[in-house]
Amino acid sequence: MTTATEQSKVDALVSRAQALYEDVSFESVRRWKGQAECRKAIGFLPIYAPREVIHAAGALPVGILGGGDQLEIVRGDSFFQSYICHLPRSVVEMAVSGRLDTMDGFLFPSICDVIRNLSGMFQMLLAGKYVHYLDLPQNFDSELGGEFYRTELHAIADAVGALTGTRVTDARLHGSIALYNQNRRAIHDLLQLRREQPWLVPTTEYYLLLRAGYLLPVDQHTALIDEYLQAVPHAGRRPLDNIRVLIRGAFCEQPPLALLRTLERAGCYVVDDDFVLGSRFIPGPLDETGDPWTALVEGFTRHSVSTASKYDEANTKGEDLVSLVREVRADGVLLMAPSFCDPALLDQPMLQSALDKAGIPFTSFKYSEDTGQFQVIREQAGTFADAIKLWGKA
Amino acid sequence: MTTQVIKDQSQERQKQMLADYFDSLAHAKENGRKVVYTFVPGNLTELIANFDLLPVLPEINALQNGMRGRTGDFIHAAEKSGHSEDVCTYVKADIGMLKAGNLGPTGQPLPKPDMLLLSYTGCFTFLKWFELLRKEYADCPVVMLHVPYQGDGHVTPQMRKYVADQIRDKVIPALETLSGRKFDPDKLKRDLKRSSAAEDDLVWVLESARHKPSPIDAYFGGVYYIGPIFTAFRGTQDAVDYYQLLRGEIEERIRLGLGPVTPEGNLSEEKYRIVTEGPPNWTSFREFWRMFYSEGAVVVASTYTKVGGLYDRGFRHDPANPIETLADYCMGCYTNLSLPERINLIESYMNEYQADGLLINSVKSCNSFSAGQLLILREIEKRTGKPGGFIESDLVDPRYFSAANIKNRLESYFQMIEARRGRA
Ligand code: SF4
Ligand code: SF4
Repeated sequence: MTTATEQSKVDALVSRAQALYEDVSFESVRRWKGQAECRKAIGFLPIYAPREVIHAAGALPVGILGGGDQLEIVRGDSFFQSYICHLPRSVVEMAVSGRLDTMDGFLFPSICDVIRNLSGMFQMLLAGKYVHYLDLPQNFDSELGGEFYRTELHAIADAVGALTGTRVTDARLHGSIALYNQNRRAIHDLLQLRREQPWLVPTTEYYLLLRAGYLLPVDQHTALIDEYLQAVPHAGRRPLDNIRVLIRGAFCEQPPLALLRTLERAGCYVVDDDFVLGSRFIPGPLDETGDPWTALVEGFTRHSVSTASKYDEANTKGEDLVSLVREVRADGVLLMAPSFCDPALLDQPMLQSALDKAGIPFTSFKYSEDTGQFQVIREQAGTFADAIKLWGKA
Repeated sequence: MTTQVIKDQSQERQKQMLADYFDSLAHAKENGRKVVYTFVPGNLTELIANFDLLPVLPEINALQNGMRGRTGDFIHAAEKSGHSEDVCTYVKADIGMLKAGNLGPTGQPLPKPDMLLLSYTGCFTFLKWFELLRKEYADCPVVMLHVPYQGDGHVTPQMRKYVADQIRDKVIPALETLSGRKFDPDKLKRDLKRSSAAEDDLVWVLESARHKPSPIDAYFGGVYYIGPIFTAFRGTQDAVDYYQLLRGEIEERIRLGLGPVTPEGNLSEEKYRIVTEGPPNWTSFREFWRMFYSEGAVVVASTYTKVGGLYDRGFRHDPANPIETLADYCMGCYTNLSLPERINLIESYMNEYQADGLLINSVKSCNSFSAGQLLILREIEKRTGKPGGFIESDLVDPRYFSAANIKNRLESYFQMIEARRGRA
């Protein structure tokens, strides 16, 4: 095994993920569906949808995260005022240009008012398709929010099951949970490796690998990550004198790949972030032994991560962020949010004051999924990194 | 002359109610009264009153401050302290007011909250707003009431149960602990009966706009008519009396064949009948209103006057099912409706009120209202064949009210209606 062969293995895996990332017309989903008559695909928007239920109903859950900088917006802009974020424009563009035709249904998880209203727009623009607003509970009491969520899970299972003709039995759901637990384990290993040796896992590669999970069947995605994890330590990568940063605010509209590259070139190793957050919204394994519905309910109400669109019941988001910064040994925090993103931007003052109090350096900037100019961000991130290297603070 | 007197009476009455309310807030602490902050849509006013607690509604403070020209500075202060330009200005106006000493719209001090009742109907920003306020008030307790959205166009039994259970198991016990009082179901029933009586009269007033000419303006005038019922007064005798008085006044206007009252007297000629979607602008409220009445445009129905409930579609607080009715109320507010249902509602207003067109005032602050409005516009035009107009402003940020621009657009819009009529 030479370094060169391992590197070329890594390259092959990453280019497979890159091709999926560039597939804004969901051709890979079309191909997957083409392999058997009964195959169906259900699109879901950020952040979190219970993919296990869709999988157990025999459908492919497909993450819809917007068109990034790869999609020309022809009609999408005529649906939204200038002060609304970019993601819904590219999603509507996909819908009206037929790129989502291969999807058999859509879930719009509750996250903000834009996504919420977009669910109604889809009901009109794609009339006849299954479109469901998934009201994730903000009350985390298992008797209250938990029970309500359970009825939501069953409703989705019934609706998707009716499309596929496959009833979601407890046994099937158990099987799906087990598969997704393996995926959680693989993602966890990837996160750990990046945390320990960030020079081995560049942010763009890590990002592309996570994104691939939004298009691939779950077992294939797990295998992709595992192969990467096996190859990359032997690919001859060497550490650079970069600072370690943690990123918050990018949980919905995704930053363009070039922006992630810019951050790295500016001297930042990203050691924790909230990109593609739905893929690790419940980080640990779900219970595989008891009632599978309860496992999903408890997973969401008790073990899901904190983010701006979820009510911070314990009132600890500031301290939690500070502890995480320490745990991952980040030198500083980048608060990067999409322009006009109410949840992310309203969260920022709270996060900033916690970081301030703890003496943790941070800087903040806005982006859009189609940002094309990185000069200002490169300078800002570069200055931030330099200041930390020189003085230990920004 | 008679009309003038009646008008003055109802307006005076509302003014007095508001003055008394802000006065009771200013003296709440010295009188040993506790205060619950909560939001307008789907508020639990009758329940808060059940424990002799006082509600504070931050959106009302923001809009009242907006009308008094104070919000520009507040927003500026909030942005200087780290709040983004991009987010809802109600929140920033509130935070700015707090930083400036928390004097309310009347200039009297506002009491600190003893509890934040986070009943978040139809808007995610509410959630962030109270998370932010919790920090400002030394971690004041928050009670979450998650109100599900009518994503599929209706309220399911599970949704109703979820909200009712939260009210019973979380909200009521928390209010009991805060107030030291037991929940009084009989008082709640009594108050809900009064709510329902006032709601009957409100609906009568709103529907009076079906007359030609309409005796009311259902947007600019409408915001005054909904004031008491959407805020701290629902369930009180004051509210019942106010709406009776108001109804009498409108009955008299119909009898005399009068159009709506404007700040410059009665409107003499109704030229255009308009349905509006979206909140008004508060910082230039009078100027905005003048742009309508100076052209003879009357708003005959508005969605904004439904943010605190769709009473005109039959909902009444029901004393026979006190908790479930509160749950239904929470879920039934306008911004908690799915987009297709909002469109259906607007379409029915266009027909029932014989409107000439739909005008959307799209406010930058409010994604809950604004995201999707361009589709609403196109769909209504398609379904009714009537012209749609679209203007942009903000609620309380004076930087986003461009008077010349809005006036131009409105004038062209009214001309377009005229031109279509010519062709018809
Ligand atoms: S980017 Fe922010 S505002 Fe836009 S849809 Fe996502 S969460 Fe909502
Ligand atoms: S976003 Fe809209 S509904 Fe929500 S607080 Fe702001 S103005 Fe009110």
